[in-house]
Amino acid sequence: MRIAIPLDENKKDVCIVLSRAPFFLICEDGSESIFENPAASANSGAGVEAAQFLCDKEIDVLITVRCGENVAEVLKAADIKILKAKHKTAEEELRAYEAGETEELEHFHGGYHGIL
Amino acid sequence: MKIACLSGKGGAGKTFVAVNLASAAASSGDVTYIDCDVEEPNGHIFLKPEITEIKPVSKILPAFDTDKCTSCRKCADFCHFHALMFIKGKPKLFDELCHSCGGCELVCEAKAVSEEEKLIGRLELGNTKLEEDISVKTVTGILNTGEASGIPIINKALEEAKSKINIIDCPPGSACSVMESIIDADYCIIVAEPTAFGFHNFKMVYELTSILGKKTGVLINKESKLYEPLEDFLKEHEIKLLGRIPFDEELGALMAEGKLAYKYSDKARKIFDELYTKLGGEL
Repeated sequence: MRIAIPLDENKKDVCIVLSRAPFFLICEDGSESIFENPAASANSGAGVEAAQFLCDKEIDVLITVRCGENVAEVLKAADIKILKAKHKTAEEELRAYEAGETEELEHFHGGYHGIL
Repeated sequence: MKIACLSGKGGAGKTFVAVNLASAAASSGDVTYIDCDVEEPNGHIFLKPEITEIKPVSKILPAFDTDKCTSCRKCADFCHFHALMFIKGKPKLFDELCHSCGGCELVCEAKAVSEEEKLIGRLELGNTKLEEDISVKTVTGILNTGEASGIPIINKALEEAKSKINIIDCPPGSACSVMESIIDADYCIIVAEPTAFGFHNFKMVYELTSILGKKTGVLINKESKLYEPLEDFLKEHEIKLLGRIPFDEELGALMAEGKLAYKYSDKARKIFDELYTKLGGEL
């Protein structure tokens, strides 16, 4: 089971945005890795680029505060579960997930598509 | 001859100028009014054309043959607009991000990419009869609600600029859709409001017409008093002042009623006949 959480600059707290989060924490069987988000500074299409990154990392679960419609469409097509983040830090979020307390994210916002 | 009416902000008076200028030009010959403000075309409200033809407009999107696809991922890696995702070994298209560049088809060695059309809007071609032998041809570009980019419709609308005089009513602002609308224009009329906000936006549009090397004149609309920074800017950059339209109750009321000012107001007739004469001198 591979779990991804968007991270703030301090690499501890859950970032409230998804596609432009500076980092992603990816956790598999207790071993954690932090990756820079290649989509953080994308001119346009950050959502799909971040989603592509997460698909390429072959994650099974994403825990996030919010998620756009485009990203959700990609992640669902890749059979990735999208769960709702409720805690301040990624550690708390992972503990809540292991305790089975994390719920599915049900609201997906419309994109802020960088149409030029 | 193509004359574009543009402004930095909505509500400055692009459509007011374009429809009335087209009416003024109609008495001396063949005129087409082209509404390129495809997200909210409103020239038809004033010209009330009789629609003679409707032309559907599509954009081109890539279609993928998953049997031929070898999962090489070159298409998704190529797409700088991030319109293609690569999921479970196959490309997935986000069509609102696609700019129809055709790059994915070019890089596909397996020839798994073809083109398909998606309907995004239409052109309404029509005719407005002003007097017995005087009429304005009209072209209205209409983008379907929910579509992200109206550029293909603007391009199709401009293909209809076949008259001796073609008046192009542009979208507001100075973004891509405006650039497409004026790219072949022989003359640009910037409609400016004499306010701090109007002046700020005027400068953005003026920068665009300057970069594109367009002959440009300024028409100040809704003027109740001089706005000095605008006046100074026009002098400093030697920009042609085409006229001043007063902040006027009669003209405002006609617009609010959806009436063509040129037809109902002697004041408007005088303003736009003078503008057309002045433009003749410029061109």
